[in-house]
Amino acid sequence: MAKVPVQFTLNGSEKAEFVESGATLLDVLRDKIGDTSPKAGCRQGTCGSCSVIVDGELRLSCLTLAETCEGASIVTTAGLAEGGVLHPLQRAFMDAFATQCGFCTPGMIMAAKALLDRNPDPSRDEVVEAIAGNICRCTGYEPIIEAVLSAARSNSISAA
Amino acid sequence: MALTVRTFPDTGAAAAALAAAGSRYLGGGTLVVRQANEGDLSFSTFVRSTDPALKAIAVEDGRVRLGAGVTMAAIAAHPALAFLAPAAKAVGGPAIRNMATVGGNLFAPSPYGDLATALLALDATVTVGGAAVPIDLFLAGRERHAAEIVEAVAFAVPAAGAFRFRKASRVKPKGAAVVTVAALVATEGGTVTAARIALGAMADRPVRAEAAEAALIGRPLTAEGIAEALAAAGDGLDPPTDAIASGWYRRAVLPVHLGRLLAG
Amino acid sequence: MELRKTYFADERKDDLHEIGQPRPRSDALGHVTGKTAFFADRSFPGMLHLKMVRSPHHHARIRSIDTSAAQKHPGVVRILTAKDVPHNLYTILILIQVGPEDEHVLAEDKVRWKGEAVVAVLAETERAAQEAAAKVEVDYEVLDPVLSIDAALAPGAPIVNEHHGRNYYLYDSGEARKVRFGDVEAGFAAADHILEQSYASAPIEHAPTETTGCIVVPEGSGRFTCYTNTQAMFFTLDNTSIILQMPGQQLHMVGGTVGGGFGGKVDVIVEPIAILGAKLTGRPVSFVYSREEEMQISSPRAAEKLVIKDGVMKDGRIVARHVKAYIDAGAYSRHSPYGAQKSAAHFPGPYTIPNVWVDSHCVYTNRTPSSAMRGFGVTIGDFALEVQMDKLARLIGMDPLEFRFVNAYRDGDMKAHRQPTEGAALVECMQEAARAANWPIDERFMAMSSRTREGL
Repeated sequence: MAKVPVQFTLNGSEKAEFVESGATLLDVLRDKIGDTSPKAGCRQGTCGSCSVIVDGELRLSCLTLAETCEGASIVTTAGLAEGGVLHPLQRAFMDAFATQCGFCTPGMIMAAKALLDRNPDPSRDEVVEAIAGNICRCTGYEPIIEAVLSAARSNSISAA
Repeated sequence: MALTVRTFPDTGAAAAALAAAGSRYLGGGTLVVRQANEGDLSFSTFVRSTDPALKAIAVEDGRVRLGAGVTMAAIAAHPALAFLAPAAKAVGGPAIRNMATVGGNLFAPSPYGDLATALLALDATVTVGGAAVPIDLFLAGRERHAAEIVEAVAFAVPAAGAFRFRKASRVKPKGAAVVTVAALVATEGGTVTAARIALGAMADRPVRAEAAEAALIGRPLTAEGIAEALAAAGDGLDPPTDAIASGWYRRAVLPVHLGRLLAG
Repeated sequence: MELRKTYFADERKDDLHEIGQPRPRSDALGHVTGKTAFFADRSFPGMLHLKMVRSPHHHARIRSIDTSAAQKHPGVVRILTAKDVPHNLYTILILIQVGPEDEHVLAEDKVRWKGEAVVAVLAETERAAQEAAAKVEVDYEVLDPVLSIDAALAPGAPIVNEHHGRNYYLYDSGEARKVRFGDVEAGFAAADHILEQSYASAPIEHAPTETTGCIVVPEGSGRFTCYTNTQAMFFTLDNTSIILQMPGQQLHMVGGTVGGGFGGKVDVIVEPIAILGAKLTGRPVSFVYSREEEMQISSPRAAEKLVIKDGVMKDGRIVARHVKAYIDAGAYSRHSPYGAQKSAAHFPGPYTIPNVWVDSHCVYTNRTPSSAMRGFGVTIGDFALEVQMDKLARLIGMDPLEFRFVNAYRDGDMKAHRQPTEGAALVECMQEAARAANWPIDERFMAMSSRTREGL
């Protein structure tokens, strides 16, 4: 099997791996590097469970080939808490009961982060649009929308 | 055979590599990586080009040229392409729009292909295999073009208000099409002088509603004026039945959505 | 959220420390940091991937299976067919004496639904397993399929499942689970109006975001650790023990973390064959459904057909209810004989009706086996019953909510399946619903209680 070298940063730390040519970023993150926060829910690009942020953009790691990420900066939910302090989105998801089975949660948090990174004070409609590619089968979405809005509010409070 | 990826800095070399059996062009990955993930064994090599020209957007002298690698998100964010933003935003969720490309959308199977439907209404020209092909011809023979590389699409900037787009889906804001309708309509003194109407999810690929186009000429865009066009909208079509809608349902609601597009 | 304390105030204790207090989920921190370990969040050196060759036909006889080309495919380690499975015929509820065993782990002589497992391929990579699976040749003689409840029960219909010998489950009560209460014909004779309506539903897929699967690791001591997302750990343990003819202490099931289940992960499907693969190869095995398999192969909620006939008086009292229910089990029993039984007990609904007659049939068709899903056997019946209630109210010109107050069960009422009602709260729920929805109802209904029949 042809192996190809690929280097990128994952949550701020340098990674260099020999990966199977054609391997998805999702499989490399999970099986090679051991970051299992992105989940494989469909491998079709329809559920959003594998969402990660690549060079500031929300992407589906199940449809991204690892070798196309050479030199990229990748962020996953596993890298959000800093020094044991939860990211406001993580805190808000806990407080608002926005997580039940937990399988969609890391992808959902990535989608929400991609929104707040460029729009710190989103409207409810903008939140709905931002998580439209992420399927949750437990919550009915309302607690998730509330969590994202609440995280945005707490962000703006701490920035003030 | 295990999958491999072959990456080329220029599109010509990639095109040559694509001629090898079992090869598939990799654009944004939302169609072909999905196929590989789902166990499609008909190909084992991804070919890609990193030529920056594929990512270029040019709006000059009333013409738009979109590189085939331009993403839906890039179209939606471009200030000169506001008229096309609704079609680009109709594709997938935010992550898909950051990945899915113009070139890929031309090959998207029904019920996908919202941007291609818009481009069909806009009478775009597709640059593929070094030749400029009218989009009607391109779509009709797109299986043949899968072994070539689409470089760009180009079309005239429509007059203000002339281009219209509407997608009906069961899930909002993201959902595959029950039916997608796009129209480029020119009017003079309140009556239609020219019309191109494109339909998505009404066949295995975007198609024109030519009978409806003809029925609009010389008519005003009023309920009475468009009645004949709506009645003819589904002429000759046998819409697909899939998980989103039955063919019967698509045919039944097409006039409703086309009516809202034209006179709503 | 508001906790209304006026209802059942005398039963309320306000010195509780947990009830009524918001408490964080114990698993939330793991979820939001991505650290919760789902079964697939583990990989093991040398892990094999299992792919299933499935029937492309709804109903067919298997003439022959040729795995020779697949066997030679690069990366293939082992191929499993029916003869490799120690006890290939099983049914989940045999654990509680609901037989007969009616389903093959891997198909032997026949396939009975489109998607039935026929041959398992174990290979070094998923891709190699897919490629080899495509090389397995199965020669089928296609048979007429039975694709609806009506077709299954039609005279001369092809037999779907020979282990039953007829296209319905035979209960100890006969062709249906039966409820007989009062004299339903006398009730209809006395009724002012009679309304008979049919209701039908299609199968419904749970569509959990995490697909069904497991990873099995041989522990080297004859023991196997199976990381699974089953919702039914002990059903899985005991059925696997029967299927593989292995004592339970050799089967170490690890689970409890499920990425959405909703009843869709209570069947015992992936674990036995994955453990067998690990046993026969001595290597870790991963068997995870693709999204397409989750949608097409995992069991859905059963399709149902219900015929409800009610006799009602002008004053709103329902005096007779006659129900024929047909639950589409698909090709195999799974949990459906139990679902049909549950529906029989439920069918009068939360209403006190003096004369009730119910027959609930569990029917076999050549469709994907159905099984558990949130309130299975009850949910579709409730849909039908409540639509029927609205129609009855309209028929006699009564407000639909007031009509339900007249018929709502009260503590002490005997239910049709001979369980006395206790702890009823329907009256109070409807009172609160009327308030919340600003739905005006007569004051006499607002004064009613689930504890007495006063005011009726």
